[in-house]
Amino acid sequence: MTYIFGLDTFGDRNGDADGKPASHAQTIRNVVEEGVFAEQAGVDFFGIGEHHTEYFPMPAGDVVLAAIAARTGRIRLGSAVTVLSSDDPVRVFQRYSTLNAISGGRAEVILGRGSSIESFPLFGYDLADYEELFEEKATLFAELLKGGPVTWEGKTRAPLLNQDVVPHLESGPFPAWIGVGGNPQSVIRAARLGFSLMLAIIGGPPARFAAYSQLFQRALEKCGRPPLPVGVHSPGHVAATDEQAKAEFWPRWREIIALIAPERGFAIPTDESFDTETGPHGALYVGSPETVAQKIATNLRALGAARFDLKYGMPGLTHDQLMTNIELYGRQVIPRVRELLS
Amino acid sequence: MRELSRLAVLGAGHVGPVIARLAIKAGYPVAIATSGDPEDIALITELIIPGAQPRWASDAMADADIVVLAIPLHRFGDIDPALLDGKLVVDAMNYWPASDGVLEPFEGRGSSEVVARRLPGSAVVKALNHIGYHELEDRARPAGAPDRRAAGVAGDDPAAVAMIADLVDRTGYDPVRLESLRAGRVLQPGGPVFGVVLTQPEFERAVRQDARSLR
Repeated sequence: MTYIFGLDTFGDRNGDADGKPASHAQTIRNVVEEGVFAEQAGVDFFGIGEHHTEYFPMPAGDVVLAAIAARTGRIRLGSAVTVLSSDDPVRVFQRYSTLNAISGGRAEVILGRGSSIESFPLFGYDLADYEELFEEKATLFAELLKGGPVTWEGKTRAPLLNQDVVPHLESGPFPAWIGVGGNPQSVIRAARLGFSLMLAIIGGPPARFAAYSQLFQRALEKCGRPPLPVGVHSPGHVAATDEQAKAEFWPRWREIIALIAPERGFAIPTDESFDTETGPHGALYVGSPETVAQKIATNLRALGAARFDLKYGMPGLTHDQLMTNIELYGRQVIPRVRELLS
Repeated sequence: MRELSRLAVLGAGHVGPVIARLAIKAGYPVAIATSGDPEDIALITELIIPGAQPRWASDAMADADIVVLAIPLHRFGDIDPALLDGKLVVDAMNYWPASDGVLEPFEGRGSSEVVARRLPGSAVVKALNHIGYHELEDRARPAGAPDRRAAGVAGDDPAAVAMIADLVDRTGYDPVRLESLRAGRVLQPGGPVFGVVLTQPEFERAVRQDARSLR
């Protein structure tokens, strides 16, 4: 099996060494440097997740990806995720088809909701319509990806009649995934529409998703489609030692979850829950290169997945800490996982 | 031995399959249903909820003693209350405006109290709503296990609460009974036990402390 290893960011606002927050503008410039450095370090994919908040100032990831594309030649570039329900599928296709042109065919998209919902009120959508919005827009996006004139009608945007949507794809559809957080019906939808499956595993034991992977392949068969890859997206942080990685990540993780906990109903992480999540059966990849590599290899095997994207960073971590994370991930974790899986 | 009650789980999203699996493991006969054709969830049932029977919602409800509501709260209005007459209804739903949008009828109220008002012919019990779906199975333990955790069971009908307390116990948690749906507000998002998985003494302390703070 050919494995792909990526890094994802939500544009987590950086801190400086004294803990003072960097500006949004500086954080965005840092993300460009991180993307360029990811290629040098040997990472296969760099993804940017759409967010619209003070702590994650990243609403226009495609613009940032274009800047990275101009300075790189090999690394694949994509969204992680695009909040398709509150966007226009035609515009999303146009932006990523443009990125695909700029980068010489290196664009991808992951469509989903993420845990990010701020875009709904911001763009005038009702969260209660989420299902219908996503279903319709994902269906249209699948049509757009085929290339050629599109005819489409639905309730969530203006109809298209034999519409030519530009820029045309140069060499067929670019890779497109649907991000799924644990709803089996979303797995079926990805298979039905012919998208690859990205499992977002951000809490609890990853092995429980093995059945989803199986469900996806069976559903593809049932729809008469060829097998498509399954990927895993999970948060983490790599540093020289387990102790250092945890010491850097834990206060930032606790801070950000505590901040969003009241409105989302999340539990505030405790020392105990953090130990569980960073342990062998948890969803966080926090530790030394060896610890993280072992965990990635174990879970890719258990889940039958061919792709792993580490969501690196957390608001308040410094750009230097993130660059070290990227370097260790690219130069040590990825080769070690390949070795473990060969 | 008396046979266990027949369960119908409505909802095959994040939560429904987890509750269905726990109930199957505990020995309950379980049907699962969505708003659509059971054929649509046949594959999900086979691979994710082995042992459950996919059915049309109306059939599943008609044959069940206990109906578990595990659908998004904004879809609750789509259910015909008459189909739930005489049933014991477990409300595992949550009102969570930041995540699912604002629903006017639920603003500032106990969500299960609003559910119960719409289901006058049913005994409504609030349970299995406050432990995250990704933790619910992982944390379940047999009775007597030293690391067993607690789960709240709230309702206005003591016999119904007793039955669901038994179900919660069989699925792997120490049931903590709350004497009314009103008291069950402590199980809601933002409440003292929502999203945290506590032992029975910790759970009871958290609920008591919250009751004091409300006074």
